[in-house]
Amino acid sequence: MDFNTFLIQLLNGVQYGLLLFLVSSGLTLVFGIMGIINVAHGSFYMIGAYLAWSLAGVLGSFWLALPVAIVLSVLIGLALEWLVVRWLYHRDHLYQVLCTYGLILVFEELRSVLWGDDVRSLPIPELLNRSIPLTDTLSYPVYRLGISVVCLAVALGLYLVIQKTRLGMTIRAGASNRDMVQSLGINIQLVYRIVFAAGIALAAFAGMIAAPVSAVAPGMGNHVLIICFVVVVIGGLGSVKGALIASIMLGLVDTFGKVLTLQVGGLKLLPELSSMTVYVLMAVILLWRPEGLFGKKF
Amino acid sequence: MNAFRNTGANGLAGIAVLAAVVVALALVPLLAEKFYVQFFAKILIMGIFAMSLDLLLGYTGLVSFGHAAFYGVAGYALALVTPQYQAANFWTSLPLAIAVSGLVALAIGFFVVRMHGIYFIMVTLAFAQMLFFLFYDTKLAGGNDGIYIDVRPVAKIGDWQPFNLDNFAHVYYLVLVLFVAVYVLLRVVLASPFGRVLAGIKANEHRMQSLGYATFRYKLACFVLAGATAGVAGYLAAVQFGVVNPEMMGWHLSGAVMMMVILGGMGTLTGPILGAAVWMLLELWFQGLTKHWHLLMGGFIVLTSLLLPKGLIGLFGDLLHRLAKRNG
Amino acid sequence: MAEPVLRTEALTRHFGGLAAVHAVSLEVGMGQLHAVIGPNGAGKSTLTNLLSGDLPPSSGRVLLRGEDITGLPAHRISQRGVGRSYQKTNIFLPFTVFENCRLAAQSRLPTSMRFLRPATAYREVNDAAGAALVAAGLEARAGVPAAALSHGEQRQLEIAMTLATRPSVLLLDEPLAGMGAEESARMVALLQRLREGHAILLIEHDMDAVFSLADTLTVMVNGTVLESGTPEQIRSSPAVQEAYLGTEEVVHE
Repeated sequence: MDFNTFLIQLLNGVQYGLLLFLVSSGLTLVFGIMGIINVAHGSFYMIGAYLAWSLAGVLGSFWLALPVAIVLSVLIGLALEWLVVRWLYHRDHLYQVLCTYGLILVFEELRSVLWGDDVRSLPIPELLNRSIPLTDTLSYPVYRLGISVVCLAVALGLYLVIQKTRLGMTIRAGASNRDMVQSLGINIQLVYRIVFAAGIALAAFAGMIAAPVSAVAPGMGNHVLIICFVVVVIGGLGSVKGALIASIMLGLVDTFGKVLTLQVGGLKLLPELSSMTVYVLMAVILLWRPEGLFGKKF
Repeated sequence: MNAFRNTGANGLAGIAVLAAVVVALALVPLLAEKFYVQFFAKILIMGIFAMSLDLLLGYTGLVSFGHAAFYGVAGYALALVTPQYQAANFWTSLPLAIAVSGLVALAIGFFVVRMHGIYFIMVTLAFAQMLFFLFYDTKLAGGNDGIYIDVRPVAKIGDWQPFNLDNFAHVYYLVLVLFVAVYVLLRVVLASPFGRVLAGIKANEHRMQSLGYATFRYKLACFVLAGATAGVAGYLAAVQFGVVNPEMMGWHLSGAVMMMVILGGMGTLTGPILGAAVWMLLELWFQGLTKHWHLLMGGFIVLTSLLLPKGLIGLFGDLLHRLAKRNG
Repeated sequence: MAEPVLRTEALTRHFGGLAAVHAVSLEVGMGQLHAVIGPNGAGKSTLTNLLSGDLPPSSGRVLLRGEDITGLPAHRISQRGVGRSYQKTNIFLPFTVFENCRLAAQSRLPTSMRFLRPATAYREVNDAAGAALVAAGLEARAGVPAAALSHGEQRQLEIAMTLATRPSVLLLDEPLAGMGAEESARMVALLQRLREGHAILLIEHDMDAVFSLADTLTVMVNGTVLESGTPEQIRSSPAVQEAYLGTEEVVHE
């Protein structure tokens, strides 16, 4: 592999990984803090993308569509927590999985009703639709770099909020001892509602910014969800740090895996097997550390 | 006979009920037309599938969200072993399909059974999805179109053919026989020392270990048994529908069969059969109501998981209990 | 004394920077009852977990009949004849009292990978379970679901299950916890009868019981052994009195 290809794949891999991190951080936060596994989390990735697509059409601008879509996602998240999710807090994980699985079906069908089943595409916003040169012979799309930068900014923001603010302190306290926090007069219900909405919004936001570079398609939520499961299993449920490391690892393994299986030995090896590399990685890590790299034993 | 006495199926009464149900089911092809016979066969196939998951879910406490993988793999085994435009041999292809799903369960179980709680749920889904994408993305087995089984398996022994699977009534009876066989086998296994170990693992796995049981081994064996049993259902489905596709391993099916078990009442073995019947009927009804019937299905799942955790059998049990209290 | 049945050498367990158990060496002989006492947080339960295999040690050794069993998982240690009862009742709540013991006794079959015969048809298993119930005084409650038992009866079931595995070494973690006077007396009598043919390690707070039962006493404080010896030695030791016994009821002879 020549250096240019390597560099491109490296950047692609990191960008994909960071996007995965955005989605998985929401999943792992909601589980770590509220003890709820939400398998409909991937659906919000899809909802974010579709919202961005249709709002960009209506408002005429990607940049206008983004904040509106984010606000809408947060509102949907709050409503969902109030309507359905708050009945799941003390339930067995089985019922959480089933209930949120039912939600996936509902969201998928709503999407079909509102936006149809065709694959849509969202053009890259004008401002970022250019490439910058990285080496003498290579330039890389600015928008993709932008995605990575934004994801890193969000990661940093998450870290600051959770570690350095009072809200973050309340959240961390609520994660370890819910009853104590409640008896201190803090409205833990409200905190949970906020955390849930934030988790959803992270997934939706990821879907929004990913939309211009990937297809806005019916199955996108489910596909991303499964990969997120692999991320949190490898990284350890409840660990944001683990999610970050695992996401980048997966992003690189998946990207290089696809390229390498195509190039090996000139034989046209089943290129489709490349999508299996992430599962192989998961299996290997599970043999070594069943609780994930940074997880606690549940 | 002892097995029934000891599983609390109220001994003779339980056997009598079972016999009556079997006789009633045997009459279906004589009384109903083709569509309904095939629909009943579908319910019985799903019943086998749901019972196999109950072994994991209801009796051992292992929440597998990827159980369709074993169902689908068995169907594909038949499809791949069927030569084009010719029939496979029933007597070799059925054991082969069961062996294949059992082996796949062993391979996946080896990784998955060491996990607990929510991790277990997630990795079972992940591995099942891996299989799904393997069949969906590759040309190994027809890709996302699947494979047609042009000719159904032939059940010849020498010159004698006991049944002909091109006849929908014969298919029904084959399904019924295997359904009863699976039910009886699972009842026997659940009453055996092995079955009691599973119950102990579900009630308190830590205590089982401190009592000297190597629980990993038993969980893995259960996983394989459940997978092989799901394979029976998958094989029959392939025979019934004449086509296999990746959706047979998809997570929508894994979710559906989990719902059947919960809806009926997990840990009862009969509950999942009831759940399968209700689910299939609901699906039929919803499909008739609207193109967007997934909405109704999804809403039903949300409500059931919130309101009916013990399933229909649990609901009947509670109602009977309350009636008895009022009269007693 | 002959080679002790159970022996530890400098057994240690760290959690992060904290040593919950530090360099504990003790031994229990056949027919002997060795009691371990100490204030809460002294590391007694951790010690029991190290001996039963529920927790692997950070360093040190555990020897069973001279054989090194350090770090073996709980089920392997149980199969070698070590029975453990828990401080926090650890039974099968959905099952009947009899089934709790039967399942415990079933663990002694060469293997439970038996699929065709009903579990209740194994007579030797049923007999072992029945005997354990009689020993623990629960035979009248055999058909009762464990969840419906009183707290004291659940503690009895806890012991019965351990006995049903026919162990030669017993690790008993506060068997008297939460029991009334009559139940305690019954349990103490049971423990007296059990000394023959078993090596018993007993964790307890009930000083009357401890001093009437123990051949040897070990006092633990903050994870280490403060002193070890006969009941008379311990009772008259000033260090022990200061650290522990002084704050408890004074034991009357």
